[in-house]
Amino acid sequence: MSDAVVITETRTLPYSFTLPVIGAAGAFFGIFVGAAQGSTLMGIIGGAVICAAIAWLALQVFGTDQEKTFRWAIVAVAAVAGFLLGGLPGLVVGALFGWFIGWFTYWIGRSRYRAFLPPYLTGGQVLWHYSFRVLCGAIFVFLITPILVVMPLSFNAENFFTFTPEMLSFDPEGYSLRHYRDFFTSNDWQQALWNSVKIAPMATLLAVSFGTLAAIGLSSEHVPFRRAIMAILISPMIVPLIISAAGMYFFYSRIGLQGTYLGVVLAHAALGIPFVIITVTATLVGFDRSLTRAAANLGADPITTFFRVQMPLILPGVISGGLFAFITSFDEVVVVIFVGSANQQTLPWQMFTGLREQISPTILAVATILVAISIALLSTVEILRRRSEKMRGMSPS
Amino acid sequence: MTDATSDPDKIEAPTPDNALRAADAADGPMLAADGTPLKKSLNRALRAQKLRALLLIAPLLIFVLLTFIAPIVDMLFRSVENQIVSETLPRTTRALADFDAGTGEIPGEPVYEAAYYDIFLASERKEHTRLGSRLNYEQTGASSLFRRSGRGLDDIGEVYQDQFEDLDENWDEAEPWAEMMGSPEWLNAQRGWTEEDGAMPEFELREGVAEVLPKTAEFYEIFARFTQVEDEDSPLEEEPWSMVHTALYQDLAAGDVSGYDGPHAEMLQAADELVDSPDFETVSFTDGFEEVDEDWADPEIWNTIKMYAPPYTTGYFLNAVDMEKTVDGPQLRDEDERIYGLLFKRTMFMSMVITFSCIALGYPVAYLLSNLPARSANLLMILVLLPFWTSLLVRTSAWKVMLQQQGVINDVLVWLGLVADDSRLVMINNQFGTIVAMTHILLPFMILPMYSVMSTIPPSFVRAARSLGATNWTAFWRVYFPQSVPGIGAGSILVFILSIGYYITPEIVGGTTGTFISNRIAYHISSSLNWGLAAALGTILLVVVLVLYWAYDRIVGIDNVKLGG
Repeated sequence: MSDAVVITETRTLPYSFTLPVIGAAGAFFGIFVGAAQGSTLMGIIGGAVICAAIAWLALQVFGTDQEKTFRWAIVAVAAVAGFLLGGLPGLVVGALFGWFIGWFTYWIGRSRYRAFLPPYLTGGQVLWHYSFRVLCGAIFVFLITPILVVMPLSFNAENFFTFTPEMLSFDPEGYSLRHYRDFFTSNDWQQALWNSVKIAPMATLLAVSFGTLAAIGLSSEHVPFRRAIMAILISPMIVPLIISAAGMYFFYSRIGLQGTYLGVVLAHAALGIPFVIITVTATLVGFDRSLTRAAANLGADPITTFFRVQMPLILPGVISGGLFAFITSFDEVVVVIFVGSANQQTLPWQMFTGLREQISPTILAVATILVAISIALLSTVEILRRRSEKMRGMSPS
Repeated sequence: MTDATSDPDKIEAPTPDNALRAADAADGPMLAADGTPLKKSLNRALRAQKLRALLLIAPLLIFVLLTFIAPIVDMLFRSVENQIVSETLPRTTRALADFDAGTGEIPGEPVYEAAYYDIFLASERKEHTRLGSRLNYEQTGASSLFRRSGRGLDDIGEVYQDQFEDLDENWDEAEPWAEMMGSPEWLNAQRGWTEEDGAMPEFELREGVAEVLPKTAEFYEIFARFTQVEDEDSPLEEEPWSMVHTALYQDLAAGDVSGYDGPHAEMLQAADELVDSPDFETVSFTDGFEEVDEDWADPEIWNTIKMYAPPYTTGYFLNAVDMEKTVDGPQLRDEDERIYGLLFKRTMFMSMVITFSCIALGYPVAYLLSNLPARSANLLMILVLLPFWTSLLVRTSAWKVMLQQQGVINDVLVWLGLVADDSRLVMINNQFGTIVAMTHILLPFMILPMYSVMSTIPPSFVRAARSLGATNWTAFWRVYFPQSVPGIGAGSILVFILSIGYYITPEIVGGTTGTFISNRIAYHISSSLNWGLAAALGTILLVVVLVLYWAYDRIVGIDNVKLGG
């Protein structure tokens, strides 16, 4: 947004608007400070008065010329006040609050909030515009917080699932790598990791090789019973996992596959197939068939055509389908619990048992590692998607 | 270039030009280059193309059919299959055919007789406890009844066994029995058999013995084969079960053995005389059963056996909808025994709440993403995709960390002073926990389809509405919202389908009040081992999901499922 054009002139708004608004924001923050210190009412009044005073100082005494100096001063004062009230965590919160209130004062007081909006909007529309963004921001916070909270907690020095006072005061004693050490030295976890590493790639290989062939077949123009075939191939994604797991458990124990490595690999491959089919058929939608005809015309046999012409073009789709299949198998827990035996205990299974029975923060260390892996996979898929769209001549959205 | 052969008109070989010319000349159907009619040739090419496509699809189709569809079909089959009763109690099932359940009377002596032999055999094969636990799903107490009877029924046979033994020691010896029952060839083969020969020679009845002593022969044969195969012992060294003595008594009481001239004829004659003498102590099967357990004198167990005798049953499905089979047909269970209706309703209700909260949270985000410039939208999209790609277990454990009483949210609230330390909020192990965690987990599945629909809505429509005088709200509600409905529909069905079958998250954060029907299915598979009921519950759930899937296919089309934006 920094490169957006300023389309509405900013101006200093009257105090009758600025002071109450900033005072209200101060009162809101005052609630928390006051409640923590024992008197909510005092917090509200104090917060409102202090913030209104800051606003008056900013707009009347310092103005825009000394904006930077003044904002740093507020940050410093708020940080010190926070430290006095609540120690090190208070310092961080105070500094953040100081930064926010400084920015907010100028943003409101100089009507900067209108800068990137059309000049004809009414006040209500502007208010709605920003409330909507705040609402969306809150939803994004809801989406991302649980994942972010896990990471610092995994460095907890204690066997707790929450922040200890030492962690909050940034005491190095409060942090340690012991849960990571646990993970890398415990036999159970290492066995589970090894099982996951053995199962997921095999399942992915099966799903990708069968799935790619079938997707190529499905994309040709004349396929009899296309809908029915598609419905069958997609069904592992639609049928609830518990039903797949129950069915596979009954059936695989009839034919002696229950509790074997092969059984788990087959089950996971079946679950990954829909993802391969969907991504590869999506890639094939933009595939230019005259290329294979040209290759055939130039004397290439179908296998050469496939590997030299078609495959390189659909490769991004195949790889991202493979990644989907991989993550499906790597994350899968319901089916493996039923189809596998103790010898096939995978990482998610171990986490599931851990969460249900003996709770140990080692799980959080594993979770952090898995988040790192998923970030890596997500970036790969995004890059591949863009590459594929570029290769097929679509503009990346 | 002047070479004559390069002139198309001079070439004699089949070329398109020649084919066209030939077609003109013949005035018949248009021909392909090789002279076949074009229509036929095109059809052949089409067929080849179809075949090629099918050949490419076939391996995967077979793979999915074998590894996925077959298990599902097997589960459907298991939800009605009930062969255990008729396989374990074949004679009883036949004898019960005439029994009129529901009159409140116990069946006649023949039924008890058949049950005696069946349960005796079943307990030798160690199958009676399995049958007991099967019937225990329908009638509480059946399991222990069968366990006790497996041991207790020996008493009936021992009455006869003891008396025969008192008459002649040989009746409790293995060898005389084998000589009397087995064919001479088998006896020779069995005597000459040693460990090294591998399998024992299969027992054969002596000719004629089955006419004189039909029951004895039948059960001795079963005994001998069982001893050979299961125990790997020689019938020459093992005295028969007391059940065979009972059969002998029945044969002797029923018929005359004077025509018997095989080995040990005099021993048999003596036994016959003993049986005919008034001093011989007998016990009726009915009394014998009552002696073992009084429940056998109660018609209820016989009603249950008769009801579950057919090889296929609707019993599991009736159980799954809180009904039970009674002699007067299916009836609802007592109020306090109905749990599955409640569970299905709760699953539906919670899935709906989750779907609605996903719509409420997903719509603003999808709207924002589709109306922002591409660069910032892509950046924010990462915040949606990261949870989508993060392991389900990670997200569930994160919510456990957040929601616990000693968890992050409670700690923050206490630190801020909003909640007292001793009255921390209970947010986990109840419905609230399940709904919050699952809304978070399924939210990306709502946002992505909504986003892909909303990004196709041209912004000019809303602007046109505004310039025609519509208020903000009218422009949104009358112009934008109707166009975004397909996205809501697609997302809702997807989220609903996913949430209705969820297992992991409710299991970890749901406690007892926040669990779904899938948790019950898992319980029946791994803990109560009532697989038939698990299969029936699964089948009902599957039907619900398939109906939704069909609707999804109608509204969105399965080909249009998009992953990762």
